[in-house]
Amino acid sequence: MSELIAFLEADKTVISRRPAIIADLAKLLPEACLITEERALVPFDTDAFVSYRRMPLAVVLPETTAQVAAVLKYCNDNSIPVIPRGAGTSLSGGAIPQEDAIVIGVSKMNRILEVDYPNRAAVVQAGVTNISISQAVEADGFFYAPDPSSQLACTIGGNIGMNSGGAHCLKYGVTTNNLMGVKMVMFDGSIVDIGGRALDSAGYDLLGLICGSEGQLGIVTEATVRLIAKPEGARPVLFGFDNSVAAGACVTDVIGSGIIPVAIEYMDKPAIEICEAFAKAGYPMDVEALLIVEVEGSDAEMDAMLERIIEIARRHGVKTIKESQSATEAALIWKGRKSAFGATGRIADYICMDGTVPLGQLSHVLQKTSEIIDHYGLRVANVFHAGDGNMHPLILFDANDPEESLKAEKAGNDILRLCVDVGGCLTGEHGVGIEKRDLMRHQYSDADLAQQMRVRGAFDPQWILNPSKVFPLDGRNGSQPGNQSAATDTRTAA
Amino acid sequence: MSEVETRYPETEQEVARIVADAFAAGLPIEVRGGGTRKGFGRPVQAASALSVAKLSGITNYDPSELVMAARAGTSVAEVEAALAVNNQMLTFEPIDHRPLLGAEGEPTIGGVFAGNISGPRRILAGAARDSLLGVRFVNGTGEIVKSGGRVMKNVTGLDLVKLLAGSWGTLGVLSEVIFKVLPRPETTLSVAVAGLNDAQAAEAMAAALAMSVEVSGAAHLPESVVHKFADVGVRGSAATVLRLEGLEPSVEVRRARLIAEMSRRGEVTVVEHQPSLQLWREIRDVVPFADGTMKPVWRVSVAPSQGHQLVAALRLKTGVDAFYDWQGGLVWLRMEADPEADLVRRYIKALGGGHATLVRADAETRTSVPVFEPQSGPLLALSGRIKDQFDPGGILNPGRMTAAV
Ligand SMILES: Cc1cc2nc3c(=O)[nH]c(=O)nc-3n(C[C@H](O)[C@H](O)[C@H](O)COP(=O)(O)OP(=O)(O)OC[C@H]3O[C@@H](n4cnc5c(N)ncnc54)[C@H](O)[C@@H]3O)c2cc1C
Repeated sequence: MSELIAFLEADKTVISRRPAIIADLAKLLPEACLITEERALVPFDTDAFVSYRRMPLAVVLPETTAQVAAVLKYCNDNSIPVIPRGAGTSLSGGAIPQEDAIVIGVSKMNRILEVDYPNRAAVVQAGVTNISISQAVEADGFFYAPDPSSQLACTIGGNIGMNSGGAHCLKYGVTTNNLMGVKMVMFDGSIVDIGGRALDSAGYDLLGLICGSEGQLGIVTEATVRLIAKPEGARPVLFGFDNSVAAGACVTDVIGSGIIPVAIEYMDKPAIEICEAFAKAGYPMDVEALLIVEVEGSDAEMDAMLERIIEIARRHGVKTIKESQSATEAALIWKGRKSAFGATGRIADYICMDGTVPLGQLSHVLQKTSEIIDHYGLRVANVFHAGDGNMHPLILFDANDPEESLKAEKAGNDILRLCVDVGGCLTGEHGVGIEKRDLMRHQYSDADLAQQMRVRGAFDPQWILNPSKVFPLDGRNGSQPGNQSAATDTRTAA
Repeated sequence: MSEVETRYPETEQEVARIVADAFAAGLPIEVRGGGTRKGFGRPVQAASALSVAKLSGITNYDPSELVMAARAGTSVAEVEAALAVNNQMLTFEPIDHRPLLGAEGEPTIGGVFAGNISGPRRILAGAARDSLLGVRFVNGTGEIVKSGGRVMKNVTGLDLVKLLAGSWGTLGVLSEVIFKVLPRPETTLSVAVAGLNDAQAAEAMAAALAMSVEVSGAAHLPESVVHKFADVGVRGSAATVLRLEGLEPSVEVRRARLIAEMSRRGEVTVVEHQPSLQLWREIRDVVPFADGTMKPVWRVSVAPSQGHQLVAALRLKTGVDAFYDWQGGLVWLRMEADPEADLVRRYIKALGGGHATLVRADAETRTSVPVFEPQSGPLLALSGRIKDQFDPGGILNPGRMTAAV
């Protein structure tokens, strides 16, 4: 892909010291935790924002917090950039390295340390996958609520980095609402414990700040997360509509009525076709817009809620209603939804936008999105978390066609600007990374950004942690130590 | 303490000018909302005060979007009245501190968020900070800054919203807050279990929260406080109360399940809709200790299973009365005489951590005893660095949270 997005220019003196740096790292970690061979480094040269790639100087995969601390201290002492990494499933380029950087990956730290049911908490290492927490407590009737579609692979460290959400966050909140504490290594190798099993902590809400900070404030090595009692049952129901306006209005009315379903997911026709072809979930094919509404509880509770939701849907002229009749059917419905990105990837290259808009703007934004896409002569599939206004237009294109790639990126930017203009934001759950970095000024004033950057500097005075991300490169305060070099690197990836 | 001069700006720009001038002159200012929580925290030593009480009014509210925006000085009463018209509410049930502190004035919505003031529903629906979606504030140099917005999900840049929540006016003067609201539950009731001791109650509450019945309030009211409540469904013995809320048919189902489990532990009664609403208001506002005295009151936050152990340990050493909210994790302590700060904090640490805030005490005590939990080591240094990035002159509410910030 032609490169629109710049990285910070790699520091040549750091690169020239590579052999010495590797020798030093080898003293800090067991051999099996250090990756330096070119071929072994390739899997780390990008994340799920695959249009951009940079080879790191080296990758370390520590096994303990102490090892993370030793490496981070070393990098800070020697002014070497560091890229924290979980599973590398970021969709915004948050985990893409740069050539003068050491990647610190937490994937080997993947143990569940303690499960504490009386306090409904689990203490886990940062590299555990999202799903493994729920799996570990399932038999005892609990689960961990945030459920990104990537939950088989993504780590809790990455979830904290991006404040990740998922379909079921409408009722239970996103990562920040389910995170109780972290152990974090600071820039200088000091280790801090923030939060814990109490419901709030003393002093400033550092936990809230760290969640969603995209690896810029420190490296999380352990997390304490909230466990929730698993509902007796859950039932997804499909509601098909003739047009997106009716579907959007139905969402607003359900939410406004006092019923908060666990999930309200939206799919447009292209998304329905793609997902149905992949999952054979029994989605209706003769509708323009589909809502998956999930309720949970005992049968009687679900019946009561569904009765009201169906009544509202009828008022909006719902065309088909299909209740799942079995656990298998319910699983298929979710399989279709959760594999939307993967299934789309089978038919085309795509980039996934992630803007959030006020609920009342849903239909307007869908309409405008399709106009933008038409303008560029592209195709789009919309599949998203409608209940909280978090849009995910998947823009389809051919990555081998440089012109089309550029168009896709431009269309994406137009859509995100639209989201901001109607009172929303650039990203609801995927993070800014490099992808939306240069649009930040569309949402924030210079004073807003400067305040955020000063806070960032309070955690990482030299800006060694994930330095190319989140904040526009050109607006950085040149007087910040370690951040003088806002020179950029826009080479086309090899 | 003598009253200092108080200014009442009516616009955000005016706030910015006042702060910018104070910054230039190096003169500290005390930041106030309604002043009802003035008696909370360390007394501020400032040359003048800035009240946002006149920076008021709801600026945006579309009930179908479940979001409201209001200027910081809008009274909580005005916010709640506007929500009530649409059958909506603040999910986090902010405490009204006036009865406890014997304070006057009108609590403001900005003050609620600046203090991250969260009531009983915190265990299910989150704290004030979880409802706060966006803020506008004036930092310590007089710049107007915004963070977050009016949408439910937002990970665009650093979440300064969370940082401002609970910063007690030490990082910025909130000028506008945008927050999530929810429909009021159609019905509510409480299941009360009689006669449990504190340890049994902790177990019972943990069991209730391990059930999928969505308990939205879990408090234990020991025998010593139970008579202070209008109606807890129990007389003459401790009451452990569990609240259910939601759609009628759903509450019916959950009530039956909860009663079945709880009746194995003690005699169960049900507090129905109206009295239940009253009961949780009383728990929220710490009514048992709203006694018109200045006896020290602590708000302790610990792991829910540790609350009763803390109280048991303290009882062996000093005169203390206590009751529990948040499944046992929020302990309200009223000390007979001395606040016993060292003892309270030492025990909390020994029990695995948490923190204690001295919510009520006379001004002299609040100056000599650290009101908020003191921090140490790298976290203390970090908090100091953060404060410097918002308020380099150290002029906003100096000393309110700790001697340092
Ligand atoms: C098919 C697919 C579906 C997806 N669906 C969803 C979805 O439904 N909802 C959603 O929110 N996201 C979704 N994502 C995006 C992605 O999975 C999430 O952002 C996820 O949280 C990233 O986790 P990770 O372990 O892969 O982190 P990475 O991609 O490795 O890193 C993410 C960010 O966190 C930082 N980071 C990682 N580990 C740490 C640590 N230990 N300490 C500090 N910082 C750290 C990194 O520097 C980076 O900035 C999806 C992605 C894919 C590919």
